[in-house]
Amino acid sequence: MTALAATAAEARMARAWAVLETVPDPEVPVVSVCDLGLVRNVVLVENELEVVVTPTYSGCPATEYIANSIIEALNAAGLGPARVRMQRAPAWTTDWISQEGRDKLRDHGIAPPGPVAQGGAVPIRFAGRRAAGDAGDAPLACPRCGSLHTALLSAFGSTACKALHRCLDCKEPFEHFKPL
Amino acid sequence: MNPSIQPSRDAGAQYMLRLADTCLILGQRLGEWCGHAPILEEDIALTNTALDLIGQARALFAHISQSSGTGHDEDQLAFLREERDYVNVTLVELPRGDFAFTSLRNAMMSTFLKLVWERLATSSDAELAAIAGKAVKEARYHQRHAGDWVVRLGDGTAESRRRMESALEELWRYIPELFEGDAIDVQAQQSGIGPDWSSLRAPWLAEMTQLLDEATLAVPKDSAFRSSGKRGVHSEHMGYILADMQYLQRAYPGGVW
Repeated sequence: MTALAATAAEARMARAWAVLETVPDPEVPVVSVCDLGLVRNVVLVENELEVVVTPTYSGCPATEYIANSIIEALNAAGLGPARVRMQRAPAWTTDWISQEGRDKLRDHGIAPPGPVAQGGAVPIRFAGRRAAGDAGDAPLACPRCGSLHTALLSAFGSTACKALHRCLDCKEPFEHFKPL
Repeated sequence: MNPSIQPSRDAGAQYMLRLADTCLILGQRLGEWCGHAPILEEDIALTNTALDLIGQARALFAHISQSSGTGHDEDQLAFLREERDYVNVTLVELPRGDFAFTSLRNAMMSTFLKLVWERLATSSDAELAAIAGKAVKEARYHQRHAGDWVVRLGDGTAESRRRMESALEELWRYIPELFEGDAIDVQAQQSGIGPDWSSLRAPWLAEMTQLLDEATLAVPKDSAFRSSGKRGVHSEHMGYILADMQYLQRAYPGGVW
């Protein structure tokens, strides 16, 4: 490859990253697919851009939609041809959500996830007759008023990645992006 | 009418198919709760769990077709086999029962699946290990949620306890099948694909005993009854599930969303 072609390739990949920063997650459109850490890499294979994407949950119905919107955005920016390659390993973790992404989530009323326990090898404790989900977890801060006086309403929320909580001080319900 | 397909008889493919079918059929059973759970939050919980399970099954089906070279896609594997070619454990095909029955079965199965996925995460098959790395996180969440309900209902009102006890008595008979190792398990263990399921009995029992203790429920005695779904010999309930699941693909071959 000539030096000129190499520079052109690098410029194309840099522009692709910039475009991907603007592709919204279909279920939480306030954050981009890059904010969520879904885009793992962008490479050039022959003349085709290959975007490496890691899905969030095995059954996430948005996975195919995300792949299509990435390809559409790259084509619309004149950066095509492009394709998406799904990569399962290493498994996606909420630790990959950027600080900017976390701030956007909080501003949008969604409590961002805390750090994921190492290896996930936390002994599981069951909640019994106390409030479900209150199994010794660190208290969650309300994204609106910052109060730690909050409670779990539903372990599963409007999408696979979220749970529903409420603030016992400002009385507002809010969503929590579950650490995974 | 769409003709049936034959899955690969290869031991590795059959080993993965047992897991895939178990996820698929449990996912189908949980999907039946859509619009029927006692409260909205649990309606969402059960169907979200179903979604994870079906996603895991899809990933396994896609991997099985690719690695066994039969040329079937994931839909064909899910929808176009005859009953005898499904190899899920019988436990997951039992009708969904009441909420206590469903919660206890979910606790039993998510504990089991968590142990399977944990071990598969170091499989010699890289794609299987990747699927497992993701699925194990989901199984942990399912286990905790279902376990919470087992404790709340077992150690709850007289009525909730009565229902939990009767679910436990009925479900316990189907547990031995999970841990009955055979040639397929031995081969999987030897080739490094995954664990012999019989090796999971002790850790499963330890976790379930802890859960049942917290729920103030007694661990039932083992019975002589043996179910045999993972060898393709199912209960009378299986045909009805397949009729539900397969109707569309049989009537409209290759139909997609």
